[in-house]
Amino acid sequence: MKSLAELQAIKNRMKDKVILRDGMEGIRVVVGMATCGIAAGARPVLNAFVEGVNKEDLEDKVSVTQTGCIGICQYEPVVEVFEAGKEKITYVKMTPEKAQEVVEKHLKGGQVISEYTIGAVSA
Amino acid sequence: MKELSLNILDVAENSVKAGASLTQILLTEKDNVLTIEIVDDGCGMDEDVVRSVTDPFYTTRTTRKVGMGIPLLKLACEQTEGQLTIESTTIEEDPTAHGTHVTATFNMDHIDFMPLGDVSSSVLTLIQGHPDTDFLFRHEKDGQVVELDTRQLREVLEDVPLNSYDVLEWIREYLREQYEALS
Repeated sequence: MKSLAELQAIKNRMKDKVILRDGMEGIRVVVGMATCGIAAGARPVLNAFVEGVNKEDLEDKVSVTQTGCIGICQYEPVVEVFEAGKEKITYVKMTPEKAQEVVEKHLKGGQVISEYTIGAVSA
Repeated sequence: MKELSLNILDVAENSVKAGASLTQILLTEKDNVLTIEIVDDGCGMDEDVVRSVTDPFYTTRTTRKVGMGIPLLKLACEQTEGQLTIESTTIEEDPTAHGTHVTATFNMDHIDFMPLGDVSSSVLTLIQGHPDTDFLFRHEKDGQVVELDTRQLREVLEDVPLNSYDVLEWIREYLREQYEALS
């Protein structure tokens, strides 16, 4: 069974690790998590980003956060990628599979997947 | 919404937005009735607002003029012949004991009862997105209990954020084991 002692061990292991928080340099992945996003499937998309960022060891470079409705509900699940000095990328109609691909190609490899962006997908 | 756990996630997000320091998600299953309560200590709503939140054309957001969160939960419970009630106290009315209490009841053997779905995943999503506020999750099923209180975890973790990957995985397993232990 999971115990608080095990949590203590996680804490001891993590306490010296630098964790990327809001406002720091790096890439910020923002998942829309209002009613529209949740109903369209944002929960598993967010989960796929959290898993993927950990799996690819990008935690010190990429933060995954949530936001409310940004007003383009017909395109949900919507994911925005912010990177200092670069234009914002808006991925739309996301799925966990597409999220995994964005982690590998864009967040890790630096290549925007244009066909998943708002300019390429119709409502 | 395909499962009630998504409604829970959606309505609990309102609590966080209302500035809650503690949001409680309390589920009770007894005699084929499911009661979902979302209780927060946020800023609260006055009577007019409480009356209007069940109206889909009321919302606090500014990007568009409809808010579907509470209306969807109301629909989901009323279609099982259950009901939704909201009690709220604003911070002006009572500076020490303010907040909102949403209660929805469902008849689980009704043909239109939507499955509860993956509540653990909703709890994890809330913690991932709001690591600096606390959540108490309690699911009582015919007398047996699954429980998680982030205040307890925070005491152990001190300044290690609750949304660190290893901590989230620990919470996922912690809840999974408790659900598996239910007979």
